Amino acid sequence: MGRKLLTEHINVPGIRNLETYRRQGGYETLKKALAMKPEDIVEEVKKSGLRGRGGAGFPTGMKWSFLAKPEGVPRYLVCNADESEPGTFKDRYMMERLPHLLIEGMAIGSFALGCRTSYIYIRGELMYVFQILQEAIDEAYAAGLLGKNIMGTGWDFDLHVHCGGGAYICGEETALIESLEGKRGNPRIKPPFPAIRGVWDCPTVVNNVESIMAVVPIVRDGGETYASIGIGKSTGTKLISACGHLKKPGVYEIELGVPVEEFIYSDEYCGGIRNDKKLKAVVAGGSSVPVLPAELILKTAAGEPRLMSYESLAEGGFASGTMLGSGGFIVMDEDTSIVKNLWTFTRFYHHESCGQCSPCREGTGWMEKILHKILDGHGTLSDVDLLWDIQSKIEGKTICPLGDAAAWPVASAIRHFRHEFEEYVRNPQAIRTDHHYYRVNNLSPELA
Amino acid sequence: MSEQKEIKFSEDALALVDRIIRRYPEGKQKSALLPVLHIAQAEFGGWLPAPVMDYVASLLRIQPIEVYEVASFYTMFNLKPVGKCVVEVCRTGPCWLMGAEDIVKYMEKKLGIREGETTADGMFTIKTVECLASCGTAPMMQIGETYHENLTLQKVDEILDTCRTTVKEPVSHWRKDKIKG
Ligand SMILES: Cc1cc2nc3c(=O)[nH]c(=O)nc-3n(C[C@H](O)[C@H](O)[C@H](O)COP(=O)(O)O)c2cc1C
Ligand code: SF4
Ligand code: FES
Repeated sequence: MGRKLLTEHINVPGIRNLETYRRQGGYETLKKALAMKPEDIVEEVKKSGLRGRGGAGFPTGMKWSFLAKPEGVPRYLVCNADESEPGTFKDRYMMERLPHLLIEGMAIGSFALGCRTSYIYIRGELMYVFQILQEAIDEAYAAGLLGKNIMGTGWDFDLHVHCGGGAYICGEETALIESLEGKRGNPRIKPPFPAIRGVWDCPTVVNNVESIMAVVPIVRDGGETYASIGIGKSTGTKLISACGHLKKPGVYEIELGVPVEEFIYSDEYCGGIRNDKKLKAVVAGGSSVPVLPAELILKTAAGEPRLMSYESLAEGGFASGTMLGSGGFIVMDEDTSIVKNLWTFTRFYHHESCGQCSPCREGTGWMEKILHKILDGHGTLSDVDLLWDIQSKIEGKTICPLGDAAAWPVASAIRHFRHEFEEYVRNPQAIRTDHHYYRVNNLSPELA
Repeated sequence: MSEQKEIKFSEDALALVDRIIRRYPEGKQKSALLPVLHIAQAEFGGWLPAPVMDYVASLLRIQPIEVYEVASFYTMFNLKPVGKCVVEVCRTGPCWLMGAEDIVKYMEKKLGIREGETTADGMFTIKTVECLASCGTAPMMQIGETYHENLTLQKVDEILDTCRTTVKEPVSHWRKDKIKG
């Protein structure tokens, strides 16, 4: 059994409440942190090797040390709880069950960074989780764990939850900042980076929910202990949200470095493919990362077993590898239409593009239309080349990485499954009868 | 609709808006816009007519255009009237893999409307939405703040029937009873 640093107490009845959380040692780490020097906390986070769990994997300690500290200017820690990347549902799972772990992490992080007020930005659709967090925050205020003179240390700190309005782009950190200011979620041009000019033009750190929660065991046990778990530069544990055609979809806390094959097939994790079908493909880190066929997700091109780590999943670059991303692990069985799955992703990116950059705004729409045409049985072989061309003209040419995120799934699907696109073009009749339509259960034959 | 009535939040809602504004620094009250729009939708029948947006602008001391441009950007705000229950069905990849398309088609057939439309009795609107962070319990849909997961067609039947018999007022994301206190 892998060690559990974040989910150890998740099944304790009542753990959502302060009293139970404290009985499991909750807020002891905050107490410890408040007796430390802030810079020593940052040092522990650096030593831990923790990498941002929101998708980009940037070292958290380093990000914290970049925060500008001009005299007399407030600075902010903002928790990114926008969780909208298709395939990703770990932050929701954690916040719903362990709101106090997030609050404790926010308090420790804010103390380390010298923030007097911090915010949790949660996507508006998760309104019930917003209420859970608000209730937990109210409890913490009442117990003197937030507010004035926390735990008698003389430190004052306010924490607030802020809800969004439904927009994937607000997960991008500068769009999130705009949204927190009450504006449209249009990403900002960088530099300046948020560490210099973030929310209300003040220095700001934006961190994912899981990154902030991981700070608690790091400060509790020490950065080195955390770094001793995992493999190479992929230290610690990671929450993987597994979905699609699995026997046991769900959120799993793994020690980084577990073999992909073990993760998919062992009973400790996903238990194998539903109905004992064959594995066809996996999108390993949320919809934005390249899709890989079964043989390349289980083993690298060099024939090594692929591991659940930042480095191993990226092995082979985009030619034969992918990314760990947000940990949204989407599994497709042998009956899945890669083309149709891709179309739902492309429709998603088109819908979510903020519209500031032409390649993203127009390109995502064109890709969606062409894929729809192919799925409708009216595609031509040159459409596949056109798709390739369009994605290559979006990647790297936009203000924010949503453009890349829209391009990579298309590029990888064509790279690894070109034959399937061509099949749709050559044999449009087969589309009507094949498997690209999923039924929920057998009660709906008339809809098939 | 309420156009004839004076547009004004309830006392509870006004007190809540006040508390929310105080979460942001002095002079940054515009930051309260998204939460306040959610409250407005809860107070005024599930959607945001222009006079309601103007009222929100006056509450936050910003220009009406600053409210319109935001309300039209975010998918949770309805700029047209909707049914009492807006059934938001997730349609993105992971849910599609588990039969989301079937859920939408079944509901369209059952309610006799297409996605985006509202039933003649004003009870239901079907809206397809993108990933709601519930992909491991797909297919799924949301009504108000409630997530309905691991859907089957029987479950859809039950949920819609329950709505029909119990829902009297429009259901909003920000629950009305959470505006008090
Ligand atoms: C289009 C887009 C969507 C994103 N969505 C999220 C998200 O929902 N949650 C998140 O934590 N990070 C998201 N990110 C990454 C953030 O920009 C940022 O890197 C992250 O919040 C930093 O936190 P971390 O260093 O702790 O990972 C997104 C990035 C992009 C480009
Ligand atoms: S890449 Fe797309 S989402 Fe990002 S800023 Fe440009 S248009 Fe907006
Ligand atoms: S794809 Fe439907 S909840 Fe994520």
